[in-house]
Amino acid sequence: MFSPGSIIVGLEIGTSKVCAVVGEMGADGTLNIVGLGQARSRGVRKGEIADTSLAEEDIRHAIVEAEQMADVEIRSVFLGVTGGHLRGFNNRGVHIVASTDREITEDDVEDVIKNAKTINLPAENHIVHAIRQHFLVDGQDEITNPVGMLSSRVEVDVHVLHGNRNRLQNAIRTVKGLQLEVDDIVFNGLASSLALLTSEQKELGALVIDIGGGTSEYVVYVNGIIKHTGVLAVGGDHVSNDLAYGLKVPLSRAEQLKLEHGAALVDDAVKGQTVTPANELGLPLKPINLEHLRRIMSLRLEEILHLIGQDLAQAGALDYLRAGVFLCGGGARIPQIANLAEDILQMPVSIGRTNSISGLKSALDQPEFATAIGLVKFGSFHQRKRAARASIKENIKQTLGQIFKRG
Amino acid sequence: MNNDAPSGTAAPASQKNISIKVFGVGNAGRNVIEQMMRGGLPPSAFVAVRSDPQAPGMTSAGETLHLQAARLRGLGTGGDPDRGRAAAEEHFAKLKSLCEGVQVVFIVAGLGGGAGTGISPVLARAAAESGALVLAFVTTPFECEGSRRQGLAQQGLDELKAAADGVICLPNQKVLKLIDENTSVLETFRITNGLLADGVLGVWRLLRHTGLIEIHFSDLCSLLRDRHAESSFAVAESAGPARSREVLDKLIAHPMFEGGRMLGESESVLVSLLGGPDLTMAEVNRVMEQISRQCEQAQVVMGAAIDECFRDRLAITLIAARKNQQPAEAEERHPCNSEELDTQLLTRTTTSRPGSRFVPPAPSLPPDKVGEILARQNQGQNRGNGRPRKTSPNKLRQTQLPLEIISKGRFDKSEPTIHHGEDLDVPTYIRRGVALN
Repeated sequence: MFSPGSIIVGLEIGTSKVCAVVGEMGADGTLNIVGLGQARSRGVRKGEIADTSLAEEDIRHAIVEAEQMADVEIRSVFLGVTGGHLRGFNNRGVHIVASTDREITEDDVEDVIKNAKTINLPAENHIVHAIRQHFLVDGQDEITNPVGMLSSRVEVDVHVLHGNRNRLQNAIRTVKGLQLEVDDIVFNGLASSLALLTSEQKELGALVIDIGGGTSEYVVYVNGIIKHTGVLAVGGDHVSNDLAYGLKVPLSRAEQLKLEHGAALVDDAVKGQTVTPANELGLPLKPINLEHLRRIMSLRLEEILHLIGQDLAQAGALDYLRAGVFLCGGGARIPQIANLAEDILQMPVSIGRTNSISGLKSALDQPEFATAIGLVKFGSFHQRKRAARASIKENIKQTLGQIFKRG
Repeated sequence: MNNDAPSGTAAPASQKNISIKVFGVGNAGRNVIEQMMRGGLPPSAFVAVRSDPQAPGMTSAGETLHLQAARLRGLGTGGDPDRGRAAAEEHFAKLKSLCEGVQVVFIVAGLGGGAGTGISPVLARAAAESGALVLAFVTTPFECEGSRRQGLAQQGLDELKAAADGVICLPNQKVLKLIDENTSVLETFRITNGLLADGVLGVWRLLRHTGLIEIHFSDLCSLLRDRHAESSFAVAESAGPARSREVLDKLIAHPMFEGGRMLGESESVLVSLLGGPDLTMAEVNRVMEQISRQCEQAQVVMGAAIDECFRDRLAITLIAARKNQQPAEAEERHPCNSEELDTQLLTRTTTSRPGSRFVPPAPSLPPDKVGEILARQNQGQNRGNGRPRKTSPNKLRQTQLPLEIISKGRFDKSEPTIHHGEDLDVPTYIRRGVALN
């Protein structure tokens, strides 16, 4: 029999698909993926819900499929959020150690983190994550755990990711409308990076770019901590839309052309070539110039990567990425995208693999499932923390009980 | 051929060994190059090309080339570009031989007439064939000169764009808006000629002086080529300790830039600074910073050169290419060409759609009107009678909004993704101006 905490569900409401992944946490803390459900998303634009009823329906389909596959009942989910309104920045909190012996205690650490989280944000903004980076003890940098050290002043850097409260709430409310609890909301980019990167890569410094349907998220790890995050509300949908406009075809056909003939680079081989798409009945349609198709696509993808590169350069994060760049999301499936990204970012680029998890391996090792798997992984960390806290309580109870028994 | 400095006294070390020739085509072109020669440039580099033997020749020293064709019977082109073109084609070999051994050819002309419009494209082609790089500086006529001249000028401009490596166009009408109301006609033409001469001079300098930060001719060409836009240019010069500030003020206040507004709208900007050996980096920096601020959207190419005789002086040449506006303008111009519209009307009524069941009755024209139109049509084949047109172009003008509406497709209703003032929902290739042919 499962204990209530052992099932973890990640739900990603994406622009192109809704995806639910069920993970099972073993007694020894290993994570195993047991179920996957997905549905075509119709009610989402640029990563945010635009049509609640359609989105609700799609979520229900995905959840039901995942329930059937994993043979569990899903009660709560870790919900992935994204959107152009999310912003990340680094902030520093300061705390003066007041105790006479100057030893930093757990309470001091909690205080300093609390200080770092108090930021002057507009009232309508909500902090999605405040991720701890490094502690500074009396100005000494790069300390991961200051408890027990002697100091008069402890500081901490946090990476704060915040977004518009109402827009975040929209997704949460939609999920709650389906009688599901939301354990926590997680930034999609963060989730993807959790799924793709090993701790060694995080330590070396890595960039994860998740090119989704409506948005592109990116997360930078330097020295094992999250240094920078960002969202660009441009994704694969834009590519299709550009193609529809430039080639004068309906959006659905543009989507099909993108999947069948698209690539991130314009090779010399396609110059002057045409493709003749067929309609549903197999009749040939107007021929499409392949070079134009590639050029339109290439320009858009180049722009996305260029804008990300620009933002990273501004944040000064480009020089620390020794492990390179990892791509995921549907955009990572575009042929030659890694070559294009290498050209633009001047770094080794590879397609990210969700190695760090066991379970339905072959079905899950796809770039577009990285976010949902990452959500489960995030949930497992959460659960472990909660379990650890609970076990401390348990221990105290036991010892107290023993003491009283003795007495 | 000519290796002298434009100013005559510069140190040869700062000079590039580029041979340049300036062709003034037609009356307007002749006037401009004469004005340039008065500025102290060596006359051997100038050639006046003309078709009308009765027009006054060059007053200063300089070559004059008569394009005398048998068809012209000793007269000028009579405002007919076809005649100008025919004459130029007849003398194609001669034009080509004039351009032999020249590296850069400037063509200065006023479009809209017979000589400038007809000869310039042929000359550009001849020069290009003889291996020179061709840059044309042209004016388009005032609106009061009539829509026919405007149309011809537009045609000539398109032909010139196809033939030359770069075209810089100065619409006279724009100058008209900027000068004082009471300026005499003579003065007005002097001003437009002066502007054109300044432009040629500026580019001349830019090419002749070895720069600290070089601008190559290819930079200039890539800036102008395929823009199909009117490029604007300005030359400003100042001396003294506060020269960098003064020269900037002059530049921004320059009439061609409409109070700096033009810079903001331009797509690419080329800046060339020319100073003496005492030019400081701080000055260059200040100037460039200001210019970059003025034109945030634009791709800025900058160059700086040092000339011994520019001690204590600073000259800036700025060429700005604006975004494509030409097609909209051309379409707008189309219906106001009354002659063409009338002919269209006439032909359309005779070829009414036979397949359709409902055939609209032909618009009834009074007999005298039909006669007039027919007469005009005949006249169209036998141009040059010089009969003035009766219909006012305004009557038939249909206004058109100058907006280019780009559908955002599926993102029409969602919140736009604005990044540094750019709407990312609009296809990238449109924003970048990449042509899909």
